[in-house]
Amino acid sequence: MSGNHRDIHVTVNGPSHPSRVEPRLLLSDYLRHDLGLTGTHVGCEHGVCGACTVLFDGEPVRSCLMFAVQADGHDVQTVEGISAGPENMHPLQEAFWTKHALQCGFCTPGFLMTLLPYLEEHPNPTAAEVREAISGNLCRCTGYQHIVEAVLLAADRLHQQPAPSGG
Amino acid sequence: MKPPPFEYIAPDTQAEALEAARQAGSDAKFLAGGQSLVPAMNFRITQPALLIDLNRVPDLDYIRRDGGAGVHFGAMTRQRRLELDPIVAAEAPLLAEAVPFIAHPQIRNRGTLGGSLAHADPASELPVIAVALDAQLRVASTEGDRWVPAKEFFQGMFTTTLTPEELLVEVALPALPKRTGSAFMEFSRRRGDYALMGVAVIVRLDEAGACDEARLVFLNAGDGPVDAPQAASMLSGRRIDASSAEAAAAHAAEKEIEPLGNLHASPSYQRHLARVLGRRAILVAAQRAAAAGR
Repeated sequence: MSGNHRDIHVTVNGPSHPSRVEPRLLLSDYLRHDLGLTGTHVGCEHGVCGACTVLFDGEPVRSCLMFAVQADGHDVQTVEGISAGPENMHPLQEAFWTKHALQCGFCTPGFLMTLLPYLEEHPNPTAAEVREAISGNLCRCTGYQHIVEAVLLAADRLHQQPAPSGG
Repeated sequence: MKPPPFEYIAPDTQAEALEAARQAGSDAKFLAGGQSLVPAMNFRITQPALLIDLNRVPDLDYIRRDGGAGVHFGAMTRQRRLELDPIVAAEAPLLAEAVPFIAHPQIRNRGTLGGSLAHADPASELPVIAVALDAQLRVASTEGDRWVPAKEFFQGMFTTTLTPEELLVEVALPALPKRTGSAFMEFSRRRGDYALMGVAVIVRLDEAGACDEARLVFLNAGDGPVDAPQAASMLSGRRIDASSAEAAAAHAAEKEIEPLGNLHASPSYQRHLARVLGRRAILVAAQRAAAAGR
């Protein structure tokens, strides 16, 4: 394999990963193939569908529109990093489950990675605001109604997180 | 849908980036936000032999007031920052109003002001805003810097005056005169889609409340931002009301734009949208100008 590989170090869901990659390797493919984190999905490879959305330095971005080499020295969070497992789901994941906000699940990681920072910045959205917030993520299965309900439920649950003792 | 192999550098000075561009010429492309370039590379529509990544070059991402004389932006300023910055809201409300229409927040987290201008997609918002606001663009190369007025910068579809060796580094907006109001409106089928039609309007009123000067610039109405000076001059010297706004917008829609049509809108539908959006935007800009004068 010839090529102009680079050594990069990318922090993904906590640990730093050293890798040797071609410049043309997309961040989405790096996560899926080099790191085995297949929760990030590839739908369109031109930034429209949102299935590849991850957090880059805390902000939601299209991983299909970045090269892995650009992530050298940066912090990436994927859907695998949201919770430790099914017994410890984030309230947003639990709300998606409760409200049947996924069927095939292909779009779901992109929605979750878009919504996590959104709910931190907008803890009390209206249904209309939620619809606008998810406009960059396409779903072919659900028709979005249950997704909106899940987000509203999650916002409510996150509101009710118990206060630290003494509060 | 993966790009073919290419060489890649991520210089940490502007000088290195410019020297690399000078040596490679049209074999190289600059990588700014990548939200238009990388899709084109993924489709293999564009296949640069060398990618010069600008994301590690310092001092290209800033928003600065220029004494009392307007605002200066670094070309690598992210669109999301333009959307949220209070200086933009205060000094360039037309820009603040237009940016949320650019695609989606995930795109705006990476997309840049300079990248969008250099890409010159006729369906994009920032070139229209730059023309409407009389932006001056600073272009750098190993030969030095030069300033280009926005109106001259855009030469056609995806075409600007930039040579392959040149880098857009700064955008300067002049200060808004008193009694000026602006409005940006866009119509698309879904939130975040490319606009079927859009318009930026600026209105300046005289002391009596009549229109002193106006400007209308249309989006996706030709092969670049389309200025409608005849419609603007129809408003000049008159009171702006439903009737004068309708007349000016109708004239622009019928005579001054050349929409090309696309899968989702025929040219005649685009003209219809231009007339409706134009009329609404003229009225809103005039109201805002009146409010600004108090």
